[in-house]
Amino acid sequence: MEYFLQQLINGLTLGAIYGLIAIGYTMVYGIIGMINFAHGEIYMLGAFISLIAYLAATTIGGGSVAVALMVALLATMLLTALWGWTVERVAYRPLRKAPRLAPLISAIGVSIVLQNFSQLAQGARVKPLPPVVRGGFTLMQSEDFAVNLSWLQIFIVMLTAVLMAVFTWVITRTSLGRAQRATEQDMKMASLLGINVDRIVSITFVMGAALAAVAGLMVTLYYGVIDFYIGFLAGIKAFTAAVLGGIGSLPGAMLGGLLIGLIEAFWSGYFSIEYKDVATFGILVMVLLFRPTGLLGRPEVEKI
Amino acid sequence: MLKIEGLCAGYGRIQALHGIDLDVPEGEIVTLVGANGAGKTTLLMSICGAPHASAGRVLLDGEDITHLPTHQIIRRGLAHSPEGRRIFPRMSVLENLQMGAAQSDPRHFDQDLERVLALFPRLHERLTQRGGTLSGGEQQMLAIGRALMSRPRVLLLDEPSLGLAPLVVRHIFEIIAAINREQKVTVFLVEQNAFHALKLAHRGHVMVNGKIALSGTGAELLANPEIRAHYLEGGTHGETAS
Ligand SMILES: Nc1ncnc2c1ncn2[C@@H]1O[C@H](COP(=O)(O)OP(=O)(O)O)[C@@H](O)[C@H]1O
Ligand SMILES: [Mg+2]
Repeated sequence: MEYFLQQLINGLTLGAIYGLIAIGYTMVYGIIGMINFAHGEIYMLGAFISLIAYLAATTIGGGSVAVALMVALLATMLLTALWGWTVERVAYRPLRKAPRLAPLISAIGVSIVLQNFSQLAQGARVKPLPPVVRGGFTLMQSEDFAVNLSWLQIFIVMLTAVLMAVFTWVITRTSLGRAQRATEQDMKMASLLGINVDRIVSITFVMGAALAAVAGLMVTLYYGVIDFYIGFLAGIKAFTAAVLGGIGSLPGAMLGGLLIGLIEAFWSGYFSIEYKDVATFGILVMVLLFRPTGLLGRPEVEKI
Repeated sequence: MLKIEGLCAGYGRIQALHGIDLDVPEGEIVTLVGANGAGKTTLLMSICGAPHASAGRVLLDGEDITHLPTHQIIRRGLAHSPEGRRIFPRMSVLENLQMGAAQSDPRHFDQDLERVLALFPRLHERLTQRGGTLSGGEQQMLAIGRALMSRPRVLLLDEPSLGLAPLVVRHIFEIIAAINREQKVTVFLVEQNAFHALKLAHRGHVMVNGKIALSGTGAELLANPEIRAHYLEGGTHGETAS
């Protein structure tokens, strides 16, 4: 029981991080019908930027961890969003009318470029960050096992919940979100109503990148080490989460992220930690084979 | 008000329009009729820059809008109710109407909504229903209503009667007349249903294979034996009595 609870806590934390990344995949897919394979790299950049920003904030500001974290969070979201915007402008927009394969290849290219750029700029070795948010409390204690809930885990899950709530509100309730949904459903019609669809697509990339940036910051804090290669695996897992939830569906991405996090945690806890990635990829294959529309996705056919 | 000069447009190497000259004067209803595939939809869409004209000009109040991006053309006072209606299927009726007002002053919204719902009381009962679940006639009302939400000066309508029952068609045409008469909106109406359209319009043009073949007042064209032979007989669905 205690062990189960601990895996649940770990899984929720992990799931929050995957969910944040998965939203970027699902939104971009929804609006331009393309899998942005460079999104994992955007998250990796977010992790690096957060590390640098946090170190800079503590050096300059001194003292308060909370203030440094806040500064790092905002700086990371801003700078990573700028990367997301640039990638769309440079690598995808010129290919908007090209065959579907072209932007996909371009995305893989961007992904390689960003990986190598980070490797050159930051070195190939892992970058450590000493624990920033320490402590927590013990939820339950039996003879040989204690269930720990750290402040950091609480911070990660809470921040994710808040971001997702804000995000859902923007998409469902504001005029910007309405324009995004309209562009997603019929881009040409949206432009016939005076919507600048290029701007809407840009904003979508910016939002997805900003959320991936937060995930990058969380991972830096949670694991304490990052390297230029983390985007690949996290990217594929978040992509799996998006597909599992139903690509194009926002609640689906959140649910998928949570499920992937939980599955990974329980799999590592009860079966084999070495094969934890196999579980995720097994799910990806199964979903693609048996339910390509995912849990909350809708079938492609529409009554028009 | 809307003036088209020597307009050519097409899709890639296929040219669909071959030098169209056409005038839509302020306050009038001008109709364009023609067979399927003549290029009517292409003309309406290229007025909005999608596709852009390969030659010729589109002038709105004397201003050349030919090469502006679509959203900027629309923001100058055009509204388009396109072929196939293109209702946002997973948005409610209200949200579809809000999208129509996306570029307008939000302070006008309540008033504009009231005005549109007065024209189409059916939409009032279905404000929270998803666009994709409406009937064809209701979708057409929504498409026109959505276009009106932006307070357009010129309303472009592409085959509003397509696929609708005769009674609904008559209702839609009455409303188009009312919009023009009471709200002083200039209307450019594309139709295959030539009989209704020409009866309604101040002026009509006939398009054949991407060219304007014939022009005149609505009454003149209705009386023209050639038009009667090609576009009216059999195309009126026995509604000549109305
Ligand atoms: N998206 C498109 N791509 C290629 N050709 C098109 C496209 N849309 C229309 N056409 C062609 O352009 C011509 C004019 O079509 P259209 O403007 O739709 O005619 P209408 O509205 O009068 O029925 C037709 O020959 C049609 O096949
Ligand atoms: Mg047509």
